[in-house]
Amino acid sequence: MLQFTRTKIILILLTCLAGFLVAMPNFFSKETVASWPSFMPKKQLPLGLDLQGGAHLLLAMDQDEIKKDWMNNLRDESRKLLRDAKIGFTGIGVQGTQIVVKLAKPEERDAAIKQLDKARQSIGSAVLGTGGYDIEVSAGNDPGTIIVKPTEAGLRARISNAAAASIETINRRVNNLGTSESTIVRQGTDRILIQFPGLKDTKELKALIGETAKLTFHEVHPSLSAEEAKQTSIPAGYKIYPGDRSEGPAEYLLREQPVVQGDDLADAQPGFDSRTNEAVINFRFNQSGARKFGNFTKDNVGKPFAIVLDNKVLSAPVIREPILGGSGQISGSFDVDSSNRLAVQLRSGSLPAKLTIVEERTVGPSLGADSIADGKRAGIIGGIAVIILTVLAYGTFGIFACVGLVVHLILTLALMTLIGSTLTLPGIAGLVLGVAMAVDANVLIYERIREELRAGKSPIAGIDAGFQRAFVTIADSQLTTLACALIMFWLGSGPIRGFAVTLTIGILTSIFASVTVVRLLISFWLKAQPKGRIQTVPV
Amino acid sequence: MKLIPVFKGFDFFPHDLNLPFMKFKAPALVASVVAMLVSIGLCMTLGLNYGVDFKGGSLIELQTKSGNADISALRDKLNALGFGNVQIQEFGTPNDVLVRLEEQPGGETAQQPAVQKVLDSTSADYVQRRVEVVGPAVSSELRMTGFIAVAAGILAIVCYVWFRFEWQFALGAVVALSHDVLLTAGIFSLFQLEFDLSTVAALLTILGYSVNDTVVVSDRIRENLRKFKKMELNQLLNLSINETLSRTILTGVTAIAVLVSLYIFGGEVIRSFNLAMLLGVVIGTYSSIFIAAPLLGYLGVKRDWSDAAAKAVAATKTSRAKA
Repeated sequence: MLQFTRTKIILILLTCLAGFLVAMPNFFSKETVASWPSFMPKKQLPLGLDLQGGAHLLLAMDQDEIKKDWMNNLRDESRKLLRDAKIGFTGIGVQGTQIVVKLAKPEERDAAIKQLDKARQSIGSAVLGTGGYDIEVSAGNDPGTIIVKPTEAGLRARISNAAAASIETINRRVNNLGTSESTIVRQGTDRILIQFPGLKDTKELKALIGETAKLTFHEVHPSLSAEEAKQTSIPAGYKIYPGDRSEGPAEYLLREQPVVQGDDLADAQPGFDSRTNEAVINFRFNQSGARKFGNFTKDNVGKPFAIVLDNKVLSAPVIREPILGGSGQISGSFDVDSSNRLAVQLRSGSLPAKLTIVEERTVGPSLGADSIADGKRAGIIGGIAVIILTVLAYGTFGIFACVGLVVHLILTLALMTLIGSTLTLPGIAGLVLGVAMAVDANVLIYERIREELRAGKSPIAGIDAGFQRAFVTIADSQLTTLACALIMFWLGSGPIRGFAVTLTIGILTSIFASVTVVRLLISFWLKAQPKGRIQTVPV
Repeated sequence: MKLIPVFKGFDFFPHDLNLPFMKFKAPALVASVVAMLVSIGLCMTLGLNYGVDFKGGSLIELQTKSGNADISALRDKLNALGFGNVQIQEFGTPNDVLVRLEEQPGGETAQQPAVQKVLDSTSADYVQRRVEVVGPAVSSELRMTGFIAVAAGILAIVCYVWFRFEWQFALGAVVALSHDVLLTAGIFSLFQLEFDLSTVAALLTILGYSVNDTVVVSDRIRENLRKFKKMELNQLLNLSINETLSRTILTGVTAIAVLVSLYIFGGEVIRSFNLAMLLGVVIGTYSSIFIAAPLLGYLGVKRDWSDAAAKAVAATKTSRAKA
């Protein structure tokens, strides 16, 4: 056991050396590391948000809004399909989570179902057996009614697409903040996680992603006002929208189907109105948007149209002349900040649905720095305590154990650097527990050696047996902890995960460092002893 | 002969000491069962003082721009905002305060505006150091996954022990582990210490430490079962515990030394984590000696089923009947 072949010795020392090299950049500042020659390893452990400061935001999409939007689109599409096929109907309406179509002639039902089937879109893959359609068209209970109903899989696909689109949009918006290194990832079906290191104030970030920025241009009802419509009845195809400004009417009666949507915007820039000196947004449509807008303004000179943002009317100017160039100006009660922000939001496109912050964890940079300082201080003091205890208990062998501990720590850091994990506060706690596990391994070995020596074994045989016997126990105890750590990683979230990662790595390196390296040290030490001295092993 | 100075370690433990642990197994087990029941009772009546992670709501750490924090002025100011029960406490240095808002009625969207209002109204005198806001959906998920993680941790450990030893050892381990988790939770409930995600991480760590301890003792028991085929079981358990006692204490003392230094110097943020760990190390050490091992004595354990061994088992049974 205590005999090492030359190859083994070299391999062990090389492993340690490699570990030292990989871990080394972590002990120096970024600037120092950058000045190193290119052949040196430079990768450093990234610090978690809790240590360097930053924002962690978990956003959830408003699923109801997505459903509602989809139902409205389905209703419009059904209406159009039936009209195209010249099938008469007396009503199409959204009822809860389905659309009910009432046909004028019940005998046309089969034809109508066939026609409405055209709205279906296939989803999933036939290979995996998940193929199907996003909606289901079926005959209703009453004669002459048809039910159009979204399927579960269709809804999931919608939400998933909306989440993907939201990530794109947020990415574009956040890039405008000019900070790099942010991560924006999907979590589950309807959640998005944003991590933003080093951000001091999250207010701006939250404002930027907090609005859907769905810009639409609507036709205003030519004769009826919102108040009048409320008293009598709202004409089909029209809807009441709230106003967003103190001046002008509180509510507007607008055609629900927009003339042009924000998707058709080619550009949006903040600016100032030369006459009123008010903050405005200058926008430009793409070709199709410009054409639609041009046609609409040409036909409606003298009438008002409404600029609607997130379902609120920003303004409703009267069309003085056809706007054919495809560019225009939005005024509203903006200040410089909000016009800047809105321009960014419009340029990045609208979010498919409103995002709500369901979890926020923001750590200021000063707290992060304090945490690092506290962690360092506690680590050093804890380390000194461990060294004193082991050296007191085991003398020279205790020093070997401490060398093993240092190797253990460095290898753990090296492995973490290699796999690119992030160092967090709970991670530091995991490191500490890893050290405790490594100490335990040495304690197990040394206690065993003492026992063997007391039982009358010769020093070398005792040391040998101690390592051999203790190894079974060390393996068992560390593997159970490993099982626990893996479970933590698998099921845990946030702090539990960071803890689990360092603990797992710590357990993996502790067997090498506290068993193999310490054994090698003892074997060197034994060889260095003059023959007679070996009779008294200082354990 | 050249003299080499050798610094011999100090052996703390008198090794001929043979402490009669098994004598106390009955009262210890009773005490543990009572403690477990009391813990369950406490958790059900007093409940756990869930932190933001599990209860939802907001936590805001503020630091004064200059001078000490005036907590009562801050309390008046924040209570006037009308966000229900606002908790304000000192946090570490006199410059730091921790503000907690309960979960605001109105679901996911209602939390952020409240926090923003608190930040706005304190921004003249305070710098925000940390903000944690957890909405209702996420908090209930975190509670669920936290619970599952602890349960799965116990399960994984039990499977491993069962695989490596015998089912009696696994049963001993599971009872000991549940004991540790329950007692720690009970103490958290009794003193209404904050119970959050980091406490769950601590519980999982306690599981790791405690099972480590249990496995070391179990390992020695298994070894001695092979070595002393005729020894009476209780005597053998006692011997095994005594043999590993020096290790148990030295490792425990080292772990406690490290945890105490983390508790004192590691900063306020990880303090509840450390406290849970400290409790757990003590409880976990106790449970491997007084629960896992004695349970083996009660359950009996498969020994070498040769003639002699069978007689030994029979002898154990009669001696147990007498006792």
